Amino acid sequence: MYGEILSKKHELSSQNHYPPFWPCPSDKIILMKINRQLLTIPVILLAGLAWIWTSRAVAGETTAGNIPAPRQGFQAPDFSLQNDQGDFVRLSDLRGKPVLVNVWASWCTPCRAEMPAIQRLYQDYQSRGLEILAVNSTTQDSVERAAAFAQDLGLTFPVLFDTDGEVARLYKVQALPSSYFIKPDGKIEEVVIGGPMSEALLRVRVEKLLGKP
Amino acid sequence: MFPTLQIGPLALQVPGLVILIAIWAGLSLSEHHAGKFGIKSSDLYNLAILMLAAGIIGARLMYIVHYPQAFLASPSSMISINPGLLDPVGGLAAGLLAGLIYIQRKGMPFCTSLDAITPALAVFGLGTAISYLASGAAFGAPTNLPWAINLWGAQRHPTQIYEIISAAAILLLIWPGIGPVKPNLPGIYFLSFIALSAGARLFLEAFRGDSQLTYLGLRDAQLVAWVILAISLAGIYWLGHRESVRET
Repeated sequence: MYGEILSKKHELSSQNHYPPFWPCPSDKIILMKINRQLLTIPVILLAGLAWIWTSRAVAGETTAGNIPAPRQGFQAPDFSLQNDQGDFVRLSDLRGKPVLVNVWASWCTPCRAEMPAIQRLYQDYQSRGLEILAVNSTTQDSVERAAAFAQDLGLTFPVLFDTDGEVARLYKVQALPSSYFIKPDGKIEEVVIGGPMSEALLRVRVEKLLGKP
Repeated sequence: MFPTLQIGPLALQVPGLVILIAIWAGLSLSEHHAGKFGIKSSDLYNLAILMLAAGIIGARLMYIVHYPQAFLASPSSMISINPGLLDPVGGLAAGLLAGLIYIQRKGMPFCTSLDAITPALAVFGLGTAISYLASGAAFGAPTNLPWAINLWGAQRHPTQIYEIISAAAILLLIWPGIGPVKPNLPGIYFLSFIALSAGARLFLEAFRGDSQLTYLGLRDAQLVAWVILAISLAGIYWLGHRESVRET
């Protein structure tokens, strides 16, 4: 495209056998253009700086604050569910510890694929304070099948039953598995939708959580 | 927001799907118009594929280098398909390096090659904006404006929509053969796209609710965008000035 334009320009300039008399009219136009550009660029950049200054954020404006939402940087929505022993486990009671909330179902193949890695993670990091809540999406599963799944895989962390879909609703769960890495202060560090998560991913994320206040 | 698309037992990640479609559509557009820039479409295609492959491998290798203990505990994770195990900086560096080597070996003109790949970058920008809409990422600051949307527990600026409009406008402005931004000189077309994108980022970041802040509440992304804008405008001026000097 511009090959043609350039070749035409060079063709025109090569036809001129005389040394260029400066400033010739065409040069004047070019110089005017360049001068205009020279003026425009600082104006644009100064306007940019002014906009940056005008639009600076007041404290707390761009942070999620304490709004509960299933999103990185927001407060993890609180819930209370029964475990396989019939006891209630509340997420907010675990404040001060890093928590991995994993929402799963027994029929979900990626859930089954990633669960052994989560179990190994729990074994390695439980002593450092990691808590794992495996929330079974019981509205699309059954307590019996979920219990058999947990027993089959030898899961030693709490398995909770979301029988009325509270967690699915609060966390807007649209795919299984869905995992939420929650910092000790109760804010969500990362959301992983889908799976299976590899063991290295789990380890890196948990190490990060353990390093956070 | 529609982060997943359920097709039977399969849950497709819509943001990832949109990005893949954008890469394919962008490359097709660039390939289609490569001839206008004097670049062979096959060379452009190979360049893009090589950069993508090198980018992915480089991103994974850099991630492994950063977190060796995690991979020693689970070596099979090295070939895991988890996109969370990629280092963006490593990927970018490896992709650019591979691209530069390919351009040099093939004898492709550097600036012209950048121009030829620009339509793909613009489509990719639009795809990224649509993926934000799908995932709810890049969300806006709380506002009471009538067009605010309810997202993540508050009425917010629909920044994802702003991003889509801005990316679509940039794509139209640089659309080969139609848009007003013309490739008059090698490199200027690419730099114009970069300047437009940086300008859009600088403007739109002000409405974001997830900006990383630095001193005095200034937004990191705006500062970076301003620097890129300055460099690209200086580049446009320099290329134009160099050509005018050559003519005289």
